[in-house]
Amino acid sequence: MERETLHRLLRDMLLARAFEERAAAEYMKGNISGFMHLYPGEEAVAAGVINAANPSDYIVSTYREHVHALVRGMPARKVMAELFGRADGVSGGMGGSMHMFDRERRFMGGYAIVGESCPIAVGVAYGVAMRGLPDAVICFFGDGAMNQGAFHEALNMAGLWHLPVLFVCENNHYAIGTEVHRHSAVPDLYKRAAAYNIPAERVDGMDVLKVHEATLRALDHVHRGDGPQFIEFETYRYRGHSMSDPGTYRPAVEVKAYQAHDPISAAIKEFEFSYPKPEEIAEAGADHIDRLAQHLIAAGHAHDAEVEAIKAEVKQTVEDAVQFAATSPEPTMDAAWQALNCNRHDEVLI
Amino acid sequence: MAEELLYWQALNRAMDLAMAADETVFTLGEDVGLYGGSYRVTEGLYAKYGEWRVRDTPISEGGFTGLGVGAALVGLRPVVEIMTVNFALLAIDSIVNAAAKLPFMSGGQFSMALVVRMPGGLARQLGAQHSQRIEQMFMNVPGLRIAVPSTPQDAFWQLGQAIKSDEPIILLEHEMLYFTKGSVDIDAEPPPMHRAVVRRTGADLTILSYSRMALFAEQAAAELTKEGIEADVIDLRSLNPIDWDTCANSLKKTHRLLIVEEDSRFAGAGAELAAGLTERCFSSLQVPPQRLASLDIPTPYNGKLEAATIPQVPDIVAAARKLCQPATADAAAG
Repeated sequence: MERETLHRLLRDMLLARAFEERAAAEYMKGNISGFMHLYPGEEAVAAGVINAANPSDYIVSTYREHVHALVRGMPARKVMAELFGRADGVSGGMGGSMHMFDRERRFMGGYAIVGESCPIAVGVAYGVAMRGLPDAVICFFGDGAMNQGAFHEALNMAGLWHLPVLFVCENNHYAIGTEVHRHSAVPDLYKRAAAYNIPAERVDGMDVLKVHEATLRALDHVHRGDGPQFIEFETYRYRGHSMSDPGTYRPAVEVKAYQAHDPISAAIKEFEFSYPKPEEIAEAGADHIDRLAQHLIAAGHAHDAEVEAIKAEVKQTVEDAVQFAATSPEPTMDAAWQALNCNRHDEVLI
Repeated sequence: MAEELLYWQALNRAMDLAMAADETVFTLGEDVGLYGGSYRVTEGLYAKYGEWRVRDTPISEGGFTGLGVGAALVGLRPVVEIMTVNFALLAIDSIVNAAAKLPFMSGGQFSMALVVRMPGGLARQLGAQHSQRIEQMFMNVPGLRIAVPSTPQDAFWQLGQAIKSDEPIILLEHEMLYFTKGSVDIDAEPPPMHRAVVRRTGADLTILSYSRMALFAEQAAAELTKEGIEADVIDLRSLNPIDWDTCANSLKKTHRLLIVEEDSRFAGAGAELAAGLTERCFSSLQVPPQRLASLDIPTPYNGKLEAATIPQVPDIVAAARKLCQPATADAAAG
């Protein structure tokens, strides 16, 4: 893999971690409200997948989409301003944490109804196919979404008409608080895509190099017109489902079982009803971000000073984003009406 | 040049013209292609435009309506056909959570040139699950426009206008209107899509209605004239937005309002019409607005009972007659 790509993956993951931890802090301060779902633990998926996409490909996301937005290139300032509900946010303060949109970057939105984004992604792909264009649509969803009717209707149509969609399951093992073995009759989630003749595989979502490589391969098929593809990335979220969820449903015994695969989860002390602190995560050893940094250093692609420089840069980027968001004006009610009537143009209704 | 067309033929003509003029227009739904459409609205289009633009879908209302939403996000003009309004309940998420909100939630970044067509209203003995009227549910969703054509001419005009618009629009057709005939002028300049029309003028009362009930109202007005009662009959043509000015101008003249609606009375479309016009025209009204609506009961299969649940022409005549009795007679009766 090219040095430049490795650096970008590391930078994106470090920015993602720093951004989300800061968002949590701003939430606790009362600067951010509503439902907010954070991404720490899952960074390798967003970074690996979205960096494998072409700029002309489309991204359809979920309500846990801050990091998808950042990796796609939305300025941290504008993402943070949206969390603050301000006029300079990516959605003008009308969307919030769960509804980031960026037409320029073909980021087709965060969706807050689990599974509803799947048919929408298929619709975007239908538009691409009907026009004979080569672009792909990347449709993110979680393990929980796979039990919605909309998901199955969408996969059926995508399979039936060979639409250019890459279905990306971010399997973090929990549908809010219900563990995958308790919500899916087939816990090997990727196998469920076979029902619709969609090639599928399971990939370690904690290893960004594997994520990136698998996505490049799958997207190549989609771009070549081979029809939809499906990848299940096994990953894990360090925090609860949302800011209002302490995550107490995850029993200590299970967390211990998970430790064999993910050293970070050693730090998760569910019985204390608290999130792991950054120091605790650090104490637990290398997580997937650290592992990539170590890989870069060991392979001679980077040295310690460079990694430290990236960490300093993303810290500054996040600090700048918060300052920008805090000073951005509140949107006006006029702006809200304009957003509602944005497609009225000069149409006379009555 | 005007020609006589059935309601479904008028819709078919509007679809054909829109598809010929703009290759971003496509239609999808159950049996719209090879079969030609459950009510023939898409007849002939599959052969003419091919499977990508006339797409037969699986029975997945939520899925293919969501597909339409996604296609609209990338600049296409999908016309989704839902076989009956009852099945639209399975597509409520795509219509209400997605189509009506995405342009707004994105801060105005995306267009949503989506049309969702479906027949509403009561047909003949189809049972409670195929005989619903849910226009009032859509009325309470900011971001949706709702057209309710009652004539072939309006069906032709309003479908054409809906396809051209960049906003999400529900076109509520009617199973009992598809085979009604009327004069359609293809070349005439249409009125604005949501403007109401006064079908008949009179000074004694205003009968306000839409869709099939607008035809019943006209028939009732013809009966009433024999009794010396002259009604202004307004066909709303739209349930969101509502042309309040046309209604208010009529009430300034007649001072009496009878609303006729096919949906159930409780929290129905008529409740909004009565409240909206009372707020606007309180001083013009001599008597409280009256609503003639369907009964608050699931539709029975039995034909006689079914007919008894929705307003019929004699019911409208009787309600109008009662509304026009002098106030003193009312008091004496009371």
